[in-house]
Amino acid sequence: MKPQMLVRIALRSIRRTKMRSTLTALGIIIGVGAVIVMVAIGHGAKSRIEQSIKNLGTNMVVITPGAANTGNVSQGAGSFNRLKIEDAEKLKRESVLLADVSPVIMAFGRIRGNNGTNWRCPVYGVDPAYQNIRDWQVGQGQFFDARDLRARRKVCVLGATVALQIFGDGEGAALGQEVILRDVPFTVIGVLAPKGQTASGTDQDDVIIAPYTTVQERLAGHQFIAQILGSAASPSDVEAAMTEAKAIMRESHKLGDWEDSDFQVKNQADLANAATGATDVMTILLACIAGISLLVGGIGIMNIMLVSVTERTREIGIRMAIGARPADVLLQFLVEAIVLSLLGGLLGVALGYGGSWLVGRLTGWPTMIDGMTVGVALGFSAAVGVFFGFWPARKAAALNPIDALRYE
Amino acid sequence: MAADVIRIRGLAKTYVMGTNEVHALDGIDLTITQGEMVAVMGASGSGKSTMMNMLGCLDKPTSGSYELDGERVEVMDRNQLADLRNRRIGFVFQGFNLLARTSALENVELPMMYERSRKKDVRDAAMKALARVGLAERTHHLPNELSGGQQQRVAIARALVTEPALLLADEPTGNLDSRTSVEVLALFQELNDNGLTVVMVTHEDNIAHYAKRIVELRDGRIVRDEPVSPRGNAAADLAAIDARRKGNA
Repeated sequence: MKPQMLVRIALRSIRRTKMRSTLTALGIIIGVGAVIVMVAIGHGAKSRIEQSIKNLGTNMVVITPGAANTGNVSQGAGSFNRLKIEDAEKLKRESVLLADVSPVIMAFGRIRGNNGTNWRCPVYGVDPAYQNIRDWQVGQGQFFDARDLRARRKVCVLGATVALQIFGDGEGAALGQEVILRDVPFTVIGVLAPKGQTASGTDQDDVIIAPYTTVQERLAGHQFIAQILGSAASPSDVEAAMTEAKAIMRESHKLGDWEDSDFQVKNQADLANAATGATDVMTILLACIAGISLLVGGIGIMNIMLVSVTERTREIGIRMAIGARPADVLLQFLVEAIVLSLLGGLLGVALGYGGSWLVGRLTGWPTMIDGMTVGVALGFSAAVGVFFGFWPARKAAALNPIDALRYE
Repeated sequence: MAADVIRIRGLAKTYVMGTNEVHALDGIDLTITQGEMVAVMGASGSGKSTMMNMLGCLDKPTSGSYELDGERVEVMDRNQLADLRNRRIGFVFQGFNLLARTSALENVELPMMYERSRKKDVRDAAMKALARVGLAERTHHLPNELSGGQQQRVAIARALVTEPALLLADEPTGNLDSRTSVEVLALFQELNDNGLTVVMVTHEDNIAHYAKRIVELRDGRIVRDEPVSPRGNAAADLAAIDARRKGNA
């Protein structure tokens, strides 16, 4: 029998029992729809994280304190802070491959504008090179320069959020004003262009940036070196620059060959992997749950196909009497199961698209459907049809013609 | 001399029911040549249904040999039997056994869908077969839209469409009124006159007397095998019935 004939017979038999077929396929519809929505949410989250890591700056190398770790599991117990300003200065002097280097000193405390407004946000003490490394444009005014750094001037640049909260949204309203940090007044010389949120939802613009020399001197006791940032001259230099930075850092920390490094050197790819690793796990978990619902849907199909074979025993007998081979009967029921689950799969894809759109609308999460997921989901639903349709079909094919024909 | 369509030697079928052995067929010899019209008779339990299943290659004998149209049947596997039923045998059943919710035309096309070496125009062959049984106007009707006699004629068209060597009818008039029964028998006689071998199982004498030969079974053995005389003419009887009805009306 020709394939298109088999499909026609299958479609007709499905149409005859519309209600039952729909309910049977519902398992597959929901399963496939769930797979697509879940994976779309996972992918959306992942792409947002990757995008925001790209926002951190190009060619960036990050040195953080703490023992080396593998797969986010710390390998050493004493991951105490061992970064010093001298490390940053040594890197700046000796590194060939790092075009820019900047320490990032973090200080905290209450912030007051000279207009009396209170605010609370981190203060970063950095080198002027920080602007280049982060690829961060200045919206108004200017960034501080090397002279400010050397002279330990009490100047600062505000993140867009801070400027708005303390001085309002007037053009240039913040410039020339003062913010008081632990009783130390800093003159605002610039406001940074907005950079938006990080993947974890932290507002990158809620920050005050000042020369690290000033922060170190004026806010002593309330700060630590969070990290040292560097940037390689080009993307192809990143790996070599990391190796070099590691060597310089080990020398700076006077580590013997047998000792583990008490710092970590990472690049953007590492950061991206660490951040997306969690969402990968989430995506896999969600897909597993959805896969189980597909499995349940498949069992539903098998159940209804078994019922169908019993109901149509007489039809099978007639077909056999007029010359259907066992293989013909097997194919007929197998194709019916596959068509049923594929139809369910197609409806499921539609449901998945609708569901993803709705989730995106309601929660504001980014969702992303790729063709691969749709293909895999459809392929899987066809496979469910083959797998769960085979046994009922074989049962039908194994019937004895005379028994099937005399079945009441 | 005409060729043998059916040649049976020592055919036996034994069912085991618990510790009992039931000999449904107990060593039958039978030869039917091309162009015969045979009525197989017998009370229920005589073995005539079992015999029908054997002749139709729907069931396998316990022992003995069966040659259909020169081919040995008892050695065939399921696929070969299916092909044999498809090409050599046309079935007509008591309960018509048409596929429900499937048009007359598609029912008649069905055997050709299972034909291995398909060359002919399926639709055309089905239309011709339906025309032959006088249903050219009813091709797109569903079985439940047709009368019993019309359904049986669709079944006959389905049996004929593959041009079989043998038409096997199992109580073909069992579900029909007397006029329609004669009508179906008239069709059988016409087909037989054109050279088709017909074997029908019946328990009604007035149906059997339209055949050329009667074979009667009892307890799995042939107890009577004789030509029919005088043989009925179904077409003439049908005309007489219709004339009488007209007279009454």
